[in-house]
Amino acid sequence: MADAVVDYDEALATYDPVMGLEVHVELGTATKMFCGCATGFGAEPNTQVCPVCLGLPGALPVVNATAVESAIRIGLALNCQIAQWCRFARKNYFYPDMPKNFQTSQYDEPIAFEGYLDVELADGSTFRVDIERAHMEEDTGKSLHVGGSTGRIQGAEYSLVDYNRAGIPLIEIVTKPLVGAGERAPEVARAYVAALRDLLKALDVSDVKMEQGSMRCDANVSLMRKDADAFGTRTETKNVNSLRSVERAIRYEISRQAALLNDGHNITQETRHWHEDTGITTSGRPKSDADDYRYFPEPDLVPVAPARERVEELRTTLPEPPAQRRKRLQSDWGYSDLEMRDVINAGALELIEQTVAEGATPAAARKWWTGELARRANVEGRSVDDFGVTPAYIAELDGMVRGGRLNDSMARQVLEGVIDGEGSPTAVADARGLELVQDTGALEAAVDAVIAANGPIADKVREGKLNAAGALIGQVMKEMKGQADAAKARELILAKLTS
Amino acid sequence: MTDYTRSTAAEIAAAIASGETTSVAVTQAHLDRIASVDSAVHAFLEVDAEGALAAARAVDDAFAAGQSLGPLAGVPIAVKDVVVTKGLTTTAGSKILQGWVPPYDATLVTRLRAAGMPILGKTNMDEFAMGSSTEHSAYGPTHNPWDLERIPGGSGGGSSAAVAAFEAPLAIGTDTGGSIRQPAAVTGTVGTKPTYGGVSRYGLIALASSLDQAGPCTRSVLDAALLHAVIGGHDVMDSTSIDAPVPPVVEAATRADVSGMKIGVIKEISGEGFQPGIKKLFDQSVQLLVDRGAEVVEVSCPSFEKGLAAYYLILPSEASSNLAKFDAMRYGLRVGPEGVDSPSAEQVMAATRDAGFGDEVKRRIILGTYALSAGYYDAYYGQAQKVRTLIARDFERAFEQADVLVTPTAPTTAFKLGEKLDDPMAMYLNDVATIPANLAGVPGMSLPNGLADEDGLPSGFQILAPAAKDERLYEVGAALEAALLAQWGGPILDKAPALAGKAGM
Ligand SMILES: [Zn+2]
Repeated sequence: MADAVVDYDEALATYDPVMGLEVHVELGTATKMFCGCATGFGAEPNTQVCPVCLGLPGALPVVNATAVESAIRIGLALNCQIAQWCRFARKNYFYPDMPKNFQTSQYDEPIAFEGYLDVELADGSTFRVDIERAHMEEDTGKSLHVGGSTGRIQGAEYSLVDYNRAGIPLIEIVTKPLVGAGERAPEVARAYVAALRDLLKALDVSDVKMEQGSMRCDANVSLMRKDADAFGTRTETKNVNSLRSVERAIRYEISRQAALLNDGHNITQETRHWHEDTGITTSGRPKSDADDYRYFPEPDLVPVAPARERVEELRTTLPEPPAQRRKRLQSDWGYSDLEMRDVINAGALELIEQTVAEGATPAAARKWWTGELARRANVEGRSVDDFGVTPAYIAELDGMVRGGRLNDSMARQVLEGVIDGEGSPTAVADARGLELVQDTGALEAAVDAVIAANGPIADKVREGKLNAAGALIGQVMKEMKGQADAAKARELILAKLTS
Repeated sequence: MTDYTRSTAAEIAAAIASGETTSVAVTQAHLDRIASVDSAVHAFLEVDAEGALAAARAVDDAFAAGQSLGPLAGVPIAVKDVVVTKGLTTTAGSKILQGWVPPYDATLVTRLRAAGMPILGKTNMDEFAMGSSTEHSAYGPTHNPWDLERIPGGSGGGSSAAVAAFEAPLAIGTDTGGSIRQPAAVTGTVGTKPTYGGVSRYGLIALASSLDQAGPCTRSVLDAALLHAVIGGHDVMDSTSIDAPVPPVVEAATRADVSGMKIGVIKEISGEGFQPGIKKLFDQSVQLLVDRGAEVVEVSCPSFEKGLAAYYLILPSEASSNLAKFDAMRYGLRVGPEGVDSPSAEQVMAATRDAGFGDEVKRRIILGTYALSAGYYDAYYGQAQKVRTLIARDFERAFEQADVLVTPTAPTTAFKLGEKLDDPMAMYLNDVATIPANLAGVPGMSLPNGLADEDGLPSGFQILAPAAKDERLYEVGAALEAALLAQWGGPILDKAPALAGKAGM
């Protein structure tokens, strides 16, 4: 049952939201955090397991050095300090998907701490998200509850557990409490998770697929009355798995908590579940500070002590920060702020970069990817990636336009053919017989005929109203069934009427 | 015909290598001895005659084919049931693992197999190695071959008793607070706890991860060194294992020279308050070392008195976490709660743990859970870790003054079965001299140094060395052993009463 909510703007008039975001990211290492098992997604259940990740009696963990290096690179990219010496700890609790009944994690000694990530918002402003820590841990297995109607454990006849995911390396990135975002809090959260996703992708440490669960966000939200000086009680909405949901879930929590506070109720400290379909959160397990995980240093593992030189070496492997890269590309390509934002919103930055690298002009690359292709993807409800249109094809198309073989409308027809799987732009143009008429004799004849047939318009041009030439060009194109070079036609018309 | 059950491992290995006997014959002789006396001793939980004989045949075939094998090739061995063995039931002495057949071998077992050592079976132990008397085994106690009414020490009483009763020339034990050395002392055998990390822990069902260490149970110091060399060394599967070659233990045991060595007698554990016969034998042993050219110095380790308290916080804390995996879901026992139609996972877990864990295990799980809980961590676990640091410093200072340290291994000879069962504190005191070595990670050995005047039962002499200097244990141990053998005119186990054997000895 949905709780009462108040209007979002009304909530923000009375309260300041405070957020804390915990993002879990599965690292894309070839093997698990503490054993040599493979990490591939989608394998047959329980085929990627061994005594270590099954937690069999006697088995011992050994730290995956690649995972540690990935963690360090993430820490560095988030402007964190890297611990000179840190340990794993055991987080003791019972959980059906967790073979040892404790999770090997980092507690008070994270590998990276005290950093920040600058996040760009839609209006072009920047919000600095302070990072408290980034620590390493292992993922749990996955349960499948069979026989019930809801897929939940209640009412199920039995449960199956798949331990393939148990032991996959995770990085948990925890922000400090984010204050001062005001009404933009949900947007900040979304932008932060998106920026983090871009960064991790650029670092090539994870496939960051939220829909597959390789990146998940827990959102802590509390409200603070504008005149108060202490944080309110928070709730933690678990496992939100899309950017849009992050924004919506936080917005909902703000409205829900405001309704409770307005009615004089207290907020219960608890975990909450987000429901994508109904757009609400529901109460989960009560969570209190008394949750006792009985942490203690993992005695089966030696401490992690990354050598300073190695840390500095890893620093040199960091990619250009995504925000900086965007600024550089915008300047290189000469896009306006608005054009750049369109490009980013269309998720076309990489495609455009590759297309330019293939020889297209930045303007043409932008025009095709954010124009025709984005439009068609939108109409058909598909992703641009599904079209089979490569950056090389777009560069080829642009080359044909610039070389004078195609005009704009012909290029659109060619692109449609490419999307429909008829082959490369050249192949499509050849097959469809699309080619501008290069024969100046034919063009001249058409121009003469159009001038003769449109005396009044021709006169206007003769009087110096050059804009009127457009109508004549259109007539010439019509005469030549679209296969005329518009620029040449214009040149010829003006030569005949104004010289 | 030689009775190879009375021989040392070194003698057996030489006889097999020279063709004087075969591994099959030796293995069969031990299986016969087990069949004859183990109903009285109960050293074994599981005997694998078929597997042992198959391994023995493979060794004999390899020798016949002219292959050169390791120094203990063909010598059978018994393994404490806390060590996982592929295809061979492993229970850690607990009902909760009744019938569990592991799908993998512990690293040390892999090394035993690679060395051509037939595994006779799994030896009895206190449940999950919690105890000092082997009375806490879920499968009934082991009896001390010297006096069947008495305890064989714990937790590895089965391994030491098997060696003392000539059921196995060698055995593997594990020592968390003295579980190799203390049973060795009360059964008249040799037991070594190597430096922490000297033998891989991969495949040892963990009691307390930061304290556990596997090691040899034997009848001679040389045998211990030979076995130590087989099972020791770095293992990539255990991140706490030492990445260095095994110390030169066999050379040291062969050399047995203590001239010019400084022997440190620890003032706080030099026999005061120990059984008089044990104190007397200890002093005599020290004198024997002096006679062989060693110098004696007195050293002080004031933090050792807090060792027992620290140990009984750290051990249960780690154990409570290590034992959490026994939840009835994936392996081992599963018991449904009584009178519940469709029990929840939690109810099944609770009923199983209630039925599957013994009292001592439950006691320590509760203690450890409490010691780690929020608000108590600093007062208990944190303090205990500080004591641990102090004890390590005591050792460091003492080893600046002496090459090795010596103490009596156990305060008393073997007590009667049942005598201390209702008094856990009295039981815990048995390990007072052995625990500091586990807390500091240094190596230790116990070897028999005589029979106490008052009861004629074996006493143990403990030698401690700095971390990674295990060879000193063998150097000093072998020297003392040679002096004692000369005095006794033969192995001390020859003085043990004959066990009533069905096969007749
Ligand atoms: Zn694994």
